Amino acid sequence: MLLAAVDTGTQRGITISLFLVFVLITLGITIWASRQNRNATDFYAGGRSFSGFQNGMAIGGDYMSAASFLGIAGIIALNGYDGFLYSIGFLVAWLVALLLVAELLRNSGKYTMADVLAFRMRQPPVRTAASLSTVTVSIFYLLAQMVGAGALVALLLGIKPGTTFLGMDANTAKIATIVLIGALMIIYVTVGGMKGTTYVQIVKAFMLIIGAALMTVLVLWHYRFNLSALLGDASAKSGKTGFLEPGLVYGKEVAGNALQTFYNKMDLLSLGLALVLGTAGLPHILIRFYTVPTARTARRSVLWAIGIIGMFYLFTLALGFGAAALVGSKDIAAQNAGGNTAAPQLADALGREFFGGDLGGVAFLAVIAAVAFATILAVVAGLTLASSSSVAHDLYANVIRRGVATEKQEVSVARVSALAIGAVSIVLGVLAKDLNVAFLVGLAFAVAASGNLPAILYSLFWKRFNTTGAVAAIYGGLISAVVLVFFSPVVSGSATAMFKTHDWHWFPLQNPGIISIPVGFLCGWIGTLLSKESNPDKYAELEVRSLTGAGAH
Amino acid sequence: MSQAQATGAPPEPSYRSIQETPEFGTLRKTLRRFVFPMTVAFLLWYLLYVVLSAYARGFMGTTVVGNVNVALVFGLLQFVTTFLIAWLYARFADRKLDPLADKLRHEIEGGN
Repeated sequence: MLLAAVDTGTQRGITISLFLVFVLITLGITIWASRQNRNATDFYAGGRSFSGFQNGMAIGGDYMSAASFLGIAGIIALNGYDGFLYSIGFLVAWLVALLLVAELLRNSGKYTMADVLAFRMRQPPVRTAASLSTVTVSIFYLLAQMVGAGALVALLLGIKPGTTFLGMDANTAKIATIVLIGALMIIYVTVGGMKGTTYVQIVKAFMLIIGAALMTVLVLWHYRFNLSALLGDASAKSGKTGFLEPGLVYGKEVAGNALQTFYNKMDLLSLGLALVLGTAGLPHILIRFYTVPTARTARRSVLWAIGIIGMFYLFTLALGFGAAALVGSKDIAAQNAGGNTAAPQLADALGREFFGGDLGGVAFLAVIAAVAFATILAVVAGLTLASSSSVAHDLYANVIRRGVATEKQEVSVARVSALAIGAVSIVLGVLAKDLNVAFLVGLAFAVAASGNLPAILYSLFWKRFNTTGAVAAIYGGLISAVVLVFFSPVVSGSATAMFKTHDWHWFPLQNPGIISIPVGFLCGWIGTLLSKESNPDKYAELEVRSLTGAGAH
Repeated sequence: MSQAQATGAPPEPSYRSIQETPEFGTLRKTLRRFVFPMTVAFLLWYLLYVVLSAYARGFMGTTVVGNVNVALVFGLLQFVTTFLIAWLYARFADRKLDPLADKLRHEIEGGN
């Protein structure tokens, strides 16, 4: 109603123009950078020429996804404090990566996560398992980005429940947006390669941090820098009791149902565990450590990343509670059931207040939406690249062709698998379109913590660890996580499930981490003990190289 | 133990002998003595926060100042400790680990 002064046609014109300008700029950077790609090291690892600061910004760009910007703000805006749990888990998780994984991995690997896992093992089985796990984690993560992109573009085009768009009802229009935007992003990524995506990550990290900082300052300005007043207003507008305390979404206490209460508490612990252990198992983050020349630069880049990511997650508090106070949860939920559009809707409100009425609202919304879109595009790029290079390098070059593939063949397999992985994520994204993006990424973290982290830690620190153990750890964690998600209320038997009209769920928790992470560690341990294989010479090489950096590529 | 030789891997016996030197032992011990206890410490501290969020709602909801409650302060403290531990580790690694690692790497690569 308030927007009526500037007609909706003009509004869409401005947002779409800004959008196109942005897409052209990023495409330009990528195409320019792709010309600098000379060989496989350039394509996969960005030529290993990045500085600690550059790579730290790029890690931030890879990590702060639609989940961080749209998802967390959405959960806080709709349900208060519980969204902050994600911010904390996502940040603390970086300590696992910094202390235990980043430098050792940098010293002993080359292109993919599997380089380290397969270092002292029989190559084919371990590389196959690692590749499958990389692809699975990436698809979970990608589908969340597709959901975020769809929600965002639907908001910009004015698609919301109860309206029609180009003759389609809102639901069909939303599906069409996810498919189109998803396809656009995947095609864009297959052109660029790693060097292109690193620059996109860096540019995006700056845009996101500046955009979020500006919104934070405006929200606080509105409340004259009185945090308590902001919290009070958010709580009052939400109309919910306990809005500022944990418990509206996670660990809910159901009166008279002790079992459900117990399950809810377990779900919270499960999420907490998945978040903190997931980061160090995310393939697209792990390969970032290969883009720097030494372990010391890897350390520097993680420190920069922790700084920028930590700062951003502090802003999520102002974004989420600001959206609750200035937009209101009713309007947010009406636009997107998962709350995924809270941050851009807040931008609209702030723009109207601070930048001259309706037109200011429209323009600021467009800018923040462009930032969010850049965020998603950059993360899609990182994920697609990590998963497709794993298929090309681990599965195709090392297992199928037994190391005789040319670099050119490898790169073209990577491009084809990028398209295939993208297509699968788009389909799953359409099914998951009513779920919150941060929640979906929480699932990706659970899969990564179950399938990848146990094998990585055993590999780096346990002398006795062997091929059977590695394969058991990866498949044990991966399969248990995916199976439990499939039979959880996320996929069937609930109002927001991927299949709403069916119900085959028997697993009571939404996040599988509390079961599947221990299963991954246990399988790795039992598998190792069941096999007599042991290779002390290769372990010596791995340990000496990972700790000293000798012979690092 | 003889399995590795049987695979016909390129002769790099140096890694095994380096792994057994006291210098390398010191490097490994120095690293593990810092990162293992620190990892246990920050994980316990974080899990305490998660468990309190699940089971100590009353305590977490206690107001500290105005509308700021224990849950928010506890959450912000997690940020503080994360920054602090990252800084401590970097300082430790720069001062204690890098000199040891650099010396060993020069010996290995110089020897080749």
